[in-house]
Amino acid sequence: MAKEVAKERSMILQKEMITGLFKELGNVKETGKKVVYTFVPGNISELILSFGMLPVYPEINALQSGMRKKSGDYIRDAEQHGHSEDVCTYVKCDVGMMLNGNIGPTGEKIPNPDLLLLSYTGCFTFLKWFETLERLYPGVPVALLHTPYQEAHKITPEMTAYMVKQLKEEVIPKMEKVSGNKYDEEKLKSLLRNSSKVEDYIVKIFDTTKNRPSPIDAYFAGVYYIGPINSGFRGTPEAVDYYGELYKELLVRIDKRLGPITPEGEMEEERFRLVVEGPPNWTHFREFWKLFYDMGAVIVASSYTKVGGVYDMGFRVNPDKPLESLAEYCMNCYTNLNLQQRVELLEKCIVDYHADGFLVNSIKSCNSFSAGQLMIMQQLERKLEIPTGFIESDLVDPRYFSYSNIKNRLESFFQMLEQRKMILTR
Amino acid sequence: MKKYFLGIDLGSTTSKAIIIDEEDRIIGRGITNTRANYTVATEIARLEAIYNARFSLLKMKLEDETEHNPEYKRYISDVESVFQYLQFKRRLDRLNVQFRETIDETYGGERREKITGFIEHIVKGIGPAILLEYLNGSLGKKNPFFRDIVSEKYNKEVNELPKEYFEPMMLVYDKSISHVENELTNYDFKELIEHSMEVLKEKYGGMDVSGLKEHITFVANLDIHITNMVGTGYGRALLPFPEKSIRSEILCHAFGAHAVFPGTKTVLDIGGQDTKAIQVDSHGLVTSFYMNDRCAAGCGRYLGYIADEFSISLNELGPLAIEATNEVNICSTCTVFAAAEIRELLNVGQKRSDILAGLHRAIVMRAMSLLARSGGVRNEFTFTGGVARNQAVLKYVSELVLKNYGDDIKINVHTDSIFMGALGGAMFARRS
Repeated sequence: MAKEVAKERSMILQKEMITGLFKELGNVKETGKKVVYTFVPGNISELILSFGMLPVYPEINALQSGMRKKSGDYIRDAEQHGHSEDVCTYVKCDVGMMLNGNIGPTGEKIPNPDLLLLSYTGCFTFLKWFETLERLYPGVPVALLHTPYQEAHKITPEMTAYMVKQLKEEVIPKMEKVSGNKYDEEKLKSLLRNSSKVEDYIVKIFDTTKNRPSPIDAYFAGVYYIGPINSGFRGTPEAVDYYGELYKELLVRIDKRLGPITPEGEMEEERFRLVVEGPPNWTHFREFWKLFYDMGAVIVASSYTKVGGVYDMGFRVNPDKPLESLAEYCMNCYTNLNLQQRVELLEKCIVDYHADGFLVNSIKSCNSFSAGQLMIMQQLERKLEIPTGFIESDLVDPRYFSYSNIKNRLESFFQMLEQRKMILTR
Repeated sequence: MKKYFLGIDLGSTTSKAIIIDEEDRIIGRGITNTRANYTVATEIARLEAIYNARFSLLKMKLEDETEHNPEYKRYISDVESVFQYLQFKRRLDRLNVQFRETIDETYGGERREKITGFIEHIVKGIGPAILLEYLNGSLGKKNPFFRDIVSEKYNKEVNELPKEYFEPMMLVYDKSISHVENELTNYDFKELIEHSMEVLKEKYGGMDVSGLKEHITFVANLDIHITNMVGTGYGRALLPFPEKSIRSEILCHAFGAHAVFPGTKTVLDIGGQDTKAIQVDSHGLVTSFYMNDRCAAGCGRYLGYIADEFSISLNELGPLAIEATNEVNICSTCTVFAAAEIRELLNVGQKRSDILAGLHRAIVMRAMSLLARSGGVRNEFTFTGGVARNQAVLKYVSELVLKNYGDDIKINVHTDSIFMGALGGAMFARRS
């Protein structure tokens, strides 16, 4: 494997976009722009942007702190502040970061929120998280958009109407008040047109794993690919450019029959194709990834890259029905699907992308993902007779990443896949 | 030349070796406690398996003759026991030398003389006592490992000495035993077997064993050619084997269990530090597995800790728990908290056997939860690992499996349960 990794144009573009956003956030005092804190699942960034406000995602800040090895100290500080060991570590990391001056990944201070927009309630922790933030920023207004769970396996017209009503009566009035701007439906529609194009690109990008070798790793690299759409660029022309560029690069890789790019260069031999359920660990992200690419394992699909929105099953925002689209987008995010829908989605991934195995990375402090994972795993195993594996770690608490335990389980899992391949080809 | 295959399972508590022939038949077994030097542990287990294989081949060769002459059978079995004793004795002699070195380095004057005298007395007594136990087969109830055998006798003797010598005597032991345990002692099979026959001359005075000698010499000289080997277990990465000869213990346990019981669909393996619930398909291929994470409560080490708390040996735990008449409900399965709970229960007058029964049940409940998470129990169910030898654990596993998964579940346990990983390794070695 080559040690030098040449940066693709899309990587440079993404870096410029993120740096630009944080710079803009650092300059709000001068520009007077208002700041909205919101979450990745069901993030209605187009609406925020249509009011000329800037979004901040505490989850993204937390995972960035994890990757920059700062989360351990932040979590300790949050625990000293009274949060128990079992609280979601994204929350504790975020609270710890605030207690330490709220310095973002680029070294600039992240401005305080002018509005807390809770647009996805499927994760109960989100509610408590914003209650905590409300206490840390006394007087900040909170807009709550209640998202009905897809309990009955579908989104009904009543569910959509319920959410649109909340948007009209709760969210939009608050945004108008905070931003000082009137709701501009035409502007929102134009942003949604961009989102729709981006959603198309995302489906095509993650669909490239149908190729052998797969030109991308849909988990470890996938989290970078979903970066722009989940960190403030939904609906922007920059996002359309980024995803167009990325897709173009991937077509070249497919043409040249190149495997995925890893931190140590191109993966030369694709030995195992996996579908992974659950978020990755961020504190040891590189080590974790290396355990896979060293074994020639490529992730051909992952549920985590659908956390900000599920487009595989045909959903696209419809610019002609802007508020309905935002509502349905929120209800359609991965953790808002019922368990059977998740099984169906994962089954489609396993079949469409010819996976050799299914692996769950169960996160200690994430109820939204972890609840039901064993059932999902067992159903897939029985239905598809696919080998399954189960490992445990955490999002950003370094105390819960046991390298040797994970390595031991992964080694067994890979040997299991190898043995199966050997016997079945005989 | 016949081909043989070796599987080594370097576990956290014990290291096992299995030798199989070309028909997957087990012909040699070796086991020792895992120590700091993994290479030595592996080598001891391997050599023991080779010696055991020679005896197995000898027994196979003499099958016809021993059928007509049962005395021969007993004789060969005694030769094997004395053979094991002589290995023990050679180690003991080496330990004795080490004891002296340690004493010379640590103590002087009168104290040195006193301690030297005590040690001489203890070592002198251990040899003959152990020979008898080897011959009576009574070592089986305890751990037959050098360290355990010696420490049991040593501790007993030290307790009889004046109190002020307790600490220095323990210090001498601790400083010496690890040293000896981590070095490899070489034996010459032929020489040891001849020596064994000499030792037994008196016992079998009237018996003519000249007819056996030829066979014994043949087996002693036989080249047991290990064609291929595979290592597994927690320490597998440290084994001096090429990468392709290292396999995960999950696969090896499942493969071994499936080979012994071909109907196996679910395997529960409770080892020293981990518990594994493994689901296999009809080819013995693993389809999924689940292991305990971050906590070893419920594994062999937990039982070892409990045994220490009760000041009994590991092998006495199960039989004592079986005697329970009123099983105590244990809330904590945390190894560290268990000690506090045990003391509390003893304080309020609970019987040892009742407490032990509760502890055994508690750890089996953990295994049941692991099994449930791995996808439940499918027919047939095979229980493996060192802990499967504990009768109380087996009792609760059987009870709870049948209760939760139906009376028609067939439960398999083999006397070689502890060797399943090594057996799976040897079988992989034969196939690759």
